[in-house]
Amino acid sequence: MTAGTDTSQPAATQDPPPTGRKQKRTGDRSVATVAHVILGIWAALVIVPLLWTLLSSFKTSSEIFSSPFTLPAHWSFDNYVSAWTSEGIGRYFVNTIVVVGTALVLVMLLGSMCAYVLARFAFPGNRLIYYMMLVGLTFPIFLAIVPLFFVLKGFGILNTLPGLIITYVAFALPFTVFFLYPFFKVLPQDVSEAAEIDGAGEWRKFFQVMLPMAKPGIASVAIFNFLGLWNQFLLPVALNTKRENYVLSQGMAAFASRAGYNTDYGRLFAAVVITIVPVLVVYIIFQRQLQGSVSQGAGK
Amino acid sequence: MIESPLVPTADTEKPRKKARQPWTFDRISFVLVFLVLPLALFSVFVVWPFVQAFWYSLTDWSGFTPDMNFVGLENYQKLLDDDIFMTSLRNNIFLAIVVPFVTVVLAFALATMITVGGSAHGATRGLKGSSFYRVISFFPYTIPAIVIGLIWLQMFDPSNGLLNGVLTGIGLDGFESYPWLGDTRTAMPASMFVIIWGFVGFYMVLFVAAIKSVPGELYDAARIDGAGRLRTAFSVTLPLIRDNVQTAYIYLGILALDAFVYMAALNPGGGPENSTLVMPQRLLITAFEKGQFGLASAMGVVMAVATLVFAAIVFTVNRLLGGRQEGVRR
Repeated sequence: MTAGTDTSQPAATQDPPPTGRKQKRTGDRSVATVAHVILGIWAALVIVPLLWTLLSSFKTSSEIFSSPFTLPAHWSFDNYVSAWTSEGIGRYFVNTIVVVGTALVLVMLLGSMCAYVLARFAFPGNRLIYYMMLVGLTFPIFLAIVPLFFVLKGFGILNTLPGLIITYVAFALPFTVFFLYPFFKVLPQDVSEAAEIDGAGEWRKFFQVMLPMAKPGIASVAIFNFLGLWNQFLLPVALNTKRENYVLSQGMAAFASRAGYNTDYGRLFAAVVITIVPVLVVYIIFQRQLQGSVSQGAGK
Repeated sequence: MIESPLVPTADTEKPRKKARQPWTFDRISFVLVFLVLPLALFSVFVVWPFVQAFWYSLTDWSGFTPDMNFVGLENYQKLLDDDIFMTSLRNNIFLAIVVPFVTVVLAFALATMITVGGSAHGATRGLKGSSFYRVISFFPYTIPAIVIGLIWLQMFDPSNGLLNGVLTGIGLDGFESYPWLGDTRTAMPASMFVIIWGFVGFYMVLFVAAIKSVPGELYDAARIDGAGRLRTAFSVTLPLIRDNVQTAYIYLGILALDAFVYMAALNPGGGPENSTLVMPQRLLITAFEKGQFGLASAMGVVMAVATLVFAAIVFTVNRLLGGRQEGVRR
């Protein structure tokens, strides 16, 4: 994948004859300048709200009202402490890690199993299952939300973390299968045959040969699943209404609607920063791999 | 005709000959566990609720009692007569028209600047420092949608928000305590801006990846033919990454026909005169507050139909445009 790097590719052709060259160089430079200005404005548009949020998270509520656009008078972490403890953000954070972590492992395992069988075994109904997955991918979750409420109630797992985990897995499954399918489809047949000759059964072949070979695909899909599940808002809001089981996204919404009345904006900003920073830090560390994943997604 | 390099090769592979293998216990147990386990989960928690929703939409079920009468299309008739729901439907359609278009155009423009903004000589070169822009642009994608909504809710705050602070700071005193989200004229555009802010960077990165996989010779050929940068972008790049644009458009359309999270954060009550009310907000209230599960399911069906119609329109338009462009090239 070339997308992870932005180094210039070697020039494929010779430069144009030297006569027109000077003119073109200045043309290049002005185009580059304009591009830099526009991209700079865009970058500022992204960064400024985030920086302002970060600054505000260190202010007291009265400071936010009296001087919203200055640096905080004291750099204190009080807002973070109270957001984490008394507003319950810490608890929501732990819930989210448990739910998203478990669901991610399960959906990657089940999804790769399903995609592997669909991609490499011919049996009646194979295409039907594949298209059902595609439909599951496009239909809005909102359509399912009402019956889903009663399905979970029927199993006795409404308003529980296991119930939320199972729902996350089920709704992330179509995406996972759909995007892993091509990766398993193109794995070379001779490796599979070699494993068979060595006496490996289907089970061993999958876990010891095929799964490791599909690793790049699994990594990309896992990243997108992580972001998707971390962002998930509707499913917890409708199906997980006990406050102690809240995940971060719904906890933030509940906090914000309460903050509207007692206006503790400092804590709200601190909670926002707590939500953003872990993923942002992980992203910055792994941004090269992630950009690679996006470009793989582009090819699929 | 030029084949897009981005079309997946997987489906063109020859079908594998697997049938010769005997169905041993190992194989049968493997297929059963590997297929049955995920499919059971998928059927119970995804397919079954979808099927039920279609059925419920034809009943007057309240959800709290087992009584349920088949009422045919009555719920859909009610929705047609329900002004508030029709407003929310119109708002979603408006979102689906504006958000994907603006996002894709901006993402494509920025991606073009990053990839071909550099030298006009030789192969496609990135703009200097482009990785900085790419890293920054991706930031919003890592932030949960609800948090994006909350950040911008504060940015738009009439008296303490940064936006009005900046506008009055540069002398536009008319914006002092202007309620961006509380005025019917600006509530919807401001909400759209927030959604677009969240997605431009992601699709920009996607388009950059797609553009980089276009062979450099094609750009050289265009240059030798005397095509300028703008012409190259529209006549060479855009047709070649057409499939990526289509994918982006469909995903953004699905998102815009929902838009629930953003609207719930920015204007939980539907905005001034319901100007930012979207169908999912009505659906949740109808189901879980009013207890009209049959009617709420009908709203869900309308959302699903709207999504499918949108996808069909995008596929059709892409095919029509594609056919024309291929004809020209030949």
